[in-house]
Amino acid sequence: MSHTMTIHLRVWRQAGPEARGRFVAYTVRNVNSNMSFLELLDVLNEKLIHNGDDPIEFDYDCREGICGSCGTVIDGVAHGPQRRTAVCQLHMRHYNDGDTIVVEPWRATAFPVIRDLVTDRSAFDRIVEAGGYVSVDTGNAPDANTIIIPKEELENAFDFAACIGCGACVAACPNASASLFTGAKIAHLAGLPQGKPERKERVVAMVKQMQIEGFGDCSNHAECEAVCPKGISISAIAIMRREYIKAKISP
Amino acid sequence: MAQTLSAKVPPGRLQEKWDTYKNQIKLVNPANKRKHTIIVVGTGLAGGSAAATLAELGYMVKSFCIQDSARRAHSIAAQGGINAAKNYPNDGDTIWRLFYDTIKGGDYRSREANVYRLAEISNEIIDQCVAQGVPFAREYGGHLDNRSFGGAQVSRTFYARGQTGQQLLLGAYQAMSRQIAAGQISMYERREMLDLVVIDGQARGIVTRDLVTGEIERHAADAVLLCTGGYGNVYYLSTNAKNSNVTAAWRCHRRGACFANPSFTQIHPTCIPVSGDYQSKLTLMSESLRNDGRVWVPMKKGDTRAPRDIPEEERDYYLERRYPSFGNLVPRDVASRNAKYACDEGRGVGNTKLAVFLDFRDAMQRLGRARIEERYGNLFEMYERITGENPYEVPMRIYPAVHYTMGGLWVDYELMSTVPGLFVLGEANFSDHGANRLGASALMQGLADGYFVIPYTLGNYIASTPLSDVDITHDAFTQAEKDASARISKLLSVQGTKTVTEFHRDLGSIMWDNVGMSRNAECLESAIGLISSLRKEFWNNVKVPGDRTYYNKNLEFAGRMADFLELGELMARDALMRNESAGGHFREEYQTSDGEGERNDEDFAFVGAWEYRGRDSEPMLRKEDLEFENVELTTRSYK
Repeated sequence: MSHTMTIHLRVWRQAGPEARGRFVAYTVRNVNSNMSFLELLDVLNEKLIHNGDDPIEFDYDCREGICGSCGTVIDGVAHGPQRRTAVCQLHMRHYNDGDTIVVEPWRATAFPVIRDLVTDRSAFDRIVEAGGYVSVDTGNAPDANTIIIPKEELENAFDFAACIGCGACVAACPNASASLFTGAKIAHLAGLPQGKPERKERVVAMVKQMQIEGFGDCSNHAECEAVCPKGISISAIAIMRREYIKAKISP
Repeated sequence: MAQTLSAKVPPGRLQEKWDTYKNQIKLVNPANKRKHTIIVVGTGLAGGSAAATLAELGYMVKSFCIQDSARRAHSIAAQGGINAAKNYPNDGDTIWRLFYDTIKGGDYRSREANVYRLAEISNEIIDQCVAQGVPFAREYGGHLDNRSFGGAQVSRTFYARGQTGQQLLLGAYQAMSRQIAAGQISMYERREMLDLVVIDGQARGIVTRDLVTGEIERHAADAVLLCTGGYGNVYYLSTNAKNSNVTAAWRCHRRGACFANPSFTQIHPTCIPVSGDYQSKLTLMSESLRNDGRVWVPMKKGDTRAPRDIPEEERDYYLERRYPSFGNLVPRDVASRNAKYACDEGRGVGNTKLAVFLDFRDAMQRLGRARIEERYGNLFEMYERITGENPYEVPMRIYPAVHYTMGGLWVDYELMSTVPGLFVLGEANFSDHGANRLGASALMQGLADGYFVIPYTLGNYIASTPLSDVDITHDAFTQAEKDASARISKLLSVQGTKTVTEFHRDLGSIMWDNVGMSRNAECLESAIGLISSLRKEFWNNVKVPGDRTYYNKNLEFAGRMADFLELGELMARDALMRNESAGGHFREEYQTSDGEGERNDEDFAFVGAWEYRGRDSEPMLRKEDLEFENVELTTRSYK
């Protein structure tokens, strides 16, 4: 059911935001094919610590593909080769004995490197703060079933709400645009009756914040959709644009 | 200090207690709220909802999380759903039933008044979340859909595909984001709480470490809300996120907060089994799968045939056989223990023989693949990604894993710990689930505490308590910072030969083998000795790489590990003290002839809350007697 292999890695090491980074080569032997990719890094780190070296820093938390903490570019692809899979859910059975894997952090002006593969994605939080919510204070809600939402409408909105905020869309975009992330939140809320009253202010404020943070514009490469671990469609970006134009025409 | 703890439950009928309380408390004038700073540690469902709600009311909130964003707290990983007594399906649900099921599910080791309040509030939570835009599942007519969870005979679980926790958390996170933008919440990400600052007997602040710069910081406030989740990672392997830890709660414990029922842990029956020694964590498969999946093992020991080659009459659907009225939907502790028995008998399946089947064959035949895909598609995908097997074709292999901790810091009816001004919410407290939590109740409790309980109880505390002027130059802050810093220096200075992870694995196996699904006095005593020597070894031989002035995950883990090594011992002591079986706490000495746990209500109908008395002294047991005025204590039967 499982087999072992030798894996070569070239990993981006960078001591801090201002430091110069470089690739360092490592070899890990006896890699079990049932291991996850992050477990491979764990095993390597244990070796590094025993040798007196600094381990490779990378973000992770749930390791179930839902918290959005992890994210590295693997062989040039954000989250690696398996479609619709966050890197914590990538398993070594997709690799062969002797493979070399290149591992890098997300690269975008708006996501500065903190150390090694760890980046600062707080720009995403500030985009949400600009308007990615429904303004309803606790205690103000009517009975839940007074808001009727046709199943199909709900499911469409959900497809966008599923975003985990990992930042792969930015890492994959040649323009380092955050349009898929921003569009997903706009599409989620604009697609539901609860989000409609604030839809105009929301889209204008969120788009503005996206620009302030230093993300590029979308030029329809669709790389974001290809790497999104939750399979969020670029139709989110179309919805964002439509919402934006509507808001600008009749504010 | 008194040996007995009083929960300060309001007088009157159970159904009127919460209203009585709300009618009698003191309120803080809206204009005065902005004069009060409240610290909220943790941004999961409890912390996120509390921070947002208190900020809406006008308090100045300082919110802290360990992750790089408040949106990543571990509540996000909850899959199945959230309970509420809406009775939308018209199948006989009431607030009373939700209360009763929760008390019974917890094996009569929780506080009636808290649980009733939780059931009462449950409906408002659903309303609030829907208003925020949480996309709960809907019927074709556009109304909300429900499904069934373990320990209940009604359908009362609201769900958002297999990612209910994510959607609820994003609702709370977005509500927080709105308050951050409004300037009511100051958000501190990538911060770890290292100590609680107590001045004149009141919680007045915390000391944190900036995980990026390594800087130690002081924060003063009028009250501290601890919403830092559970401590399942003491077992090393659990379904908890890798950053989930006990440090914040443990530091509070050392500053005077009693730790209640630490040995009450939930081992969840349906997780993906361990595959090798490199394993870093375990993945849950939602309980909702037991709606349609059937659990079985082969009749014959050591049967190595492929599951599809084993004919119907040679399969043992042991839950359906032993518990005909609840079948596959028995509570988690019961399902887990029975899986263990099947494997102990040599009837386990898969390579390691530490697994049982969860089979969807019949449901697929009954409902068709499309329906199954719609209900569980993302869970099936996750299973396939991890195991490389397709559950549409072969049954899932599952095994119990540590999932949730019912124990936690002791709190009274107002959610206040034994340290005045320190409130504890969500999984971090002990309050509502007794000795076993029912599925879909954790989300309910976290949000009840944060959205609907703490706004009242905190206000009452602020309005009725004299608070002196305190700032971060106070000696208590200086001392706490010094202690925290010295501890970090100590961890870095040992430079031994064993990594933090190696120590964690060792502790995990001591805990799993001796303080796990099934316990006895002998193994608990041995665990206490083993943990104590492991702790000594840790402080003499741990190897922490790097330095304290930059992002250093291993240094974070080292500090948490040191606290787990103290907590583990307390868990074993608590389990040893409790000479009965209750819920997830199964003492082999106390069981019926057919292997069900045997409670001892005469001697153990109490909450065991441990008071810290210094590193070299044994902790002191304080008790809160549980009085059941509304339910009759019966033997929990799911047959």
